[in-house]
Amino acid sequence: MDMLIGYSLYGISLLTVGGIYAILALGLNIQWGYAGLFNVGIAGFAAIGAYTFALMTTAPSGYHFGGLDLPLPLAIACAMLLSGMVAFLIGIVCIRLRSDYLAISTIGIAEIIKLVLKNETELTNGPRGINKIPRVWEHLTEERFYTKAPMSWFSDAQGWDYFFDKLPIWWWQPFFCLTILLIVFIIYKLLEKAQQSPWGRMMTAIRENENAAHAAGKDVTRRRIEAFVIGAMVMGLAGAILSQHLRLIDPTNTFDPSKMTFLVWVMLIAGGSGNNRGAIFGAFLVWVIWSASEIFINSGLHIFGEMISNVDISLLKTRAGYLRMMIIGLLLQYILQKYPDGIMPESRPVQTGEKLKKGRV
Amino acid sequence: MWETFGFEFVNFYLIPGLVLGCIYALGAIGITLTFSILRFANFAHGEVMMIGAYFTWTAMILSNDLFGVPLHPLVAAAPAVILAIGLFILVDRYFYKPFRSASTIRVVMASFGMMLIIRSFVQAVWGPNQLTFVPGIAKPNEMVKNLTASIDMMILVPNKHFWIIAGTLIIMLALSWLLTKTKIGKGMRAVSDSPELAKVSGIDVEIIVKATWFVGGFCAVAAGVFLAMDLQMLETTMGFRMLLPMFAAAILGGIGRPFGAVIGGLVIGLAEELSVYPWFGNGSLISPGYKTGVAFTIMVIMLVIRPSGLFKGRLF
Amino acid sequence: MSDSKALDISNLHAGYGETEILKGINLSVKSSEIVAIIGPNGAGKSTVVKSVLGLLNVISGNISLNGENIVGIAPDKAIKLGISYVPQTHNIFPNLTITENLEMGAWTRTTGISERIDEMFELFPDLKVKRNKVAGSLSGGQRQMVAMAKALMVDSKIMLLDEPTAGLSPKFQAEIFRTIKRINKNGVPILLVEQNAKQALETADKGYVLVDGSNKVEGTGKDLINDRNVARMFLGSKD
Repeated sequence: MDMLIGYSLYGISLLTVGGIYAILALGLNIQWGYAGLFNVGIAGFAAIGAYTFALMTTAPSGYHFGGLDLPLPLAIACAMLLSGMVAFLIGIVCIRLRSDYLAISTIGIAEIIKLVLKNETELTNGPRGINKIPRVWEHLTEERFYTKAPMSWFSDAQGWDYFFDKLPIWWWQPFFCLTILLIVFIIYKLLEKAQQSPWGRMMTAIRENENAAHAAGKDVTRRRIEAFVIGAMVMGLAGAILSQHLRLIDPTNTFDPSKMTFLVWVMLIAGGSGNNRGAIFGAFLVWVIWSASEIFINSGLHIFGEMISNVDISLLKTRAGYLRMMIIGLLLQYILQKYPDGIMPESRPVQTGEKLKKGRV
Repeated sequence: MWETFGFEFVNFYLIPGLVLGCIYALGAIGITLTFSILRFANFAHGEVMMIGAYFTWTAMILSNDLFGVPLHPLVAAAPAVILAIGLFILVDRYFYKPFRSASTIRVVMASFGMMLIIRSFVQAVWGPNQLTFVPGIAKPNEMVKNLTASIDMMILVPNKHFWIIAGTLIIMLALSWLLTKTKIGKGMRAVSDSPELAKVSGIDVEIIVKATWFVGGFCAVAAGVFLAMDLQMLETTMGFRMLLPMFAAAILGGIGRPFGAVIGGLVIGLAEELSVYPWFGNGSLISPGYKTGVAFTIMVIMLVIRPSGLFKGRLF
Repeated sequence: MSDSKALDISNLHAGYGETEILKGINLSVKSSEIVAIIGPNGAGKSTVVKSVLGLLNVISGNISLNGENIVGIAPDKAIKLGISYVPQTHNIFPNLTITENLEMGAWTRTTGISERIDEMFELFPDLKVKRNKVAGSLSGGQRQMVAMAKALMVDSKIMLLDEPTAGLSPKFQAEIFRTIKRINKNGVPILLVEQNAKQALETADKGYVLVDGSNKVEGTGKDLINDRNVARMFLGSKD
């Protein structure tokens, strides 16, 4: 029974983190798939979302700004808002740049965001990061939450304490996971609706043939900024949820662009860029591969270590992590060349303009 | 006067700024050439710098431990250059060439992926921790110290900085000769002007591409080795940390203008170091933690007000 | 020596990808001739030249240079065979000097480069004075001269010119046509695509009128100028 729970919890955690990445991928898809914006600063926007959420919901602390104790949904909304605002500021300056330059700029932005988070130690506790971030659902078990409304309406502090004691320690995990999957679903539905809407069709027109759209009087720049901001807001949302999942965030390691930004791009390209379903699919697929490969490699090394008695496998374990990254990188190259439209290519009716644009993403 | 202002300014800000600028300049040359001849921003450039430094270190260690012959970094760099150029050419053949006629996004993404592949490879083989490149503290050159002290303007320059500055100068001169006096150099400038015209003029564009990787690879390894010499240590993120400033330098100078890239590199290196000098009273101009943001800021300003750079490079 | 066909195109169908622009073109250029192709915009004039060079898709038909079939060859092979090509736009390297431009034109040559450069400066004396000036700093007409000289750096078996007088002042236009005649006298057959129909036909020995991707009329330059239909279609229009 314990093993079953163990495996189920692992499965739930895969879905949880996969879901977070799916939200990131959907956000990126808005920027890339809809508006053709090459954003290599994903980690930066996620960081803004994460830190905003953390600063707004953590308990008072001597190390960083906090103690606002705001309701979690409000904090999430603020996280999205702040990400969107930063994206807006960047957008009005950088959106007109050609894709290479935009890519460089977004990397730079992510770096600057990281620098700010590292240096403003009074605000953020600098490189040491912020911990004890409340998790949706699990936060209910914290005293500072159940002693206030709305939970205080149902029982007093002692009653809640007793209640939570009786639950298994992992009770909140399925709820957390389902919440995330629900969010993914909602975003997906909203995006699909948006794609059919006049706004969505205009974005497709701009992406397919910018010059024609421009000639037809569409304000291309404004639409691009819109896509950039909305995508960033979704990324901020993902960041806020990520901070809950991890409970501890820091500026350098949590938001390492090599992992976060890169993985999300691999997910989007593998799944099918421009394609919401592909984004979600790619996110789960790549995450499962990434996570499962870690387990396989570790157990493989374990067995190896058992067989050959005087080999220190801990060294191999850390090095193996980098090999894993390398293989994912090679996988990306392979997909880029052999499956340019991803594994789940866009299933829109082919328009005449598209034939000439073969080879364009 | 020198004691109060000049000494600190020149020795701890100006000269380090120049040295950093030289390193940025060399890296930026490769980037600007790749950008103008191959038409894409090569994100993997920093990693080639880094792996060049690691190869050099390995050569030094091997030579020392196996043959008992300690090598000067610049000598050990020779096999590293060959390996790095080979790496560039292999990567081009298998990962970039397929996208020559596709949209640039693809090849940029491929280079982004390449960046991670190379870095992970180095982390897997050499480990993620810092390695000492040259042990010990670099002492200032005695001759220069005494000479300048005698005229009351003491300048402290460790030997490594001499190598770096001199090395950069020599490479620049060699590059200048290559680009203006040799057929292949002129061909590179021609392709940078217009690859389509080059093709219909009969120029063998693939050879030019290889030449670009040669020059870029050489300069990248030089930059990497100089950086390792300056910091006296290696770590796997050193390439990526240089990437933004190098791009900024290339953009500042004007894409496709190697000498613009050099000037750009020097400007950015100096700006970075001088930005933390206490110009007005006690505090530095900006907090030291934000030093690395200087390059980025300069780049964004250039992109907004004059994207063709100081020396009117390509505007895509 | 017989005046053989330097360039012979028969029943050429060509275009971009699967879109057919040329629908069965026939034309030839004898080794002593200047041949002009005129016609309205979009008729496919430039497409003929680009097909010879291998710059786009030949669907069917024959192209031969001095008897040798050259359908589908790569552009750099075409240059090696001695095809001098002057594109309509972007036909010089603006950041290289005039001399360097010529040197680039001679990329496929192994010998006789400096002699050829001297010959070009004989042909274009205006350029000799400015030989070390950066090509991008020259006037439009001078740039066109550089483009032509550069193209002629190969051992030229035929010269293809795509609208050489486009955007030039009348003075330079006349100069270009005079130069074309001079080049032809030096033994290079010329195929010339032009909007400037009247002057082109005056310079040419033979002309072809292209409309919608196929030959409509052909004849000697003089005949076409005097042809009332042609005159009405093209010669009266403001160039």
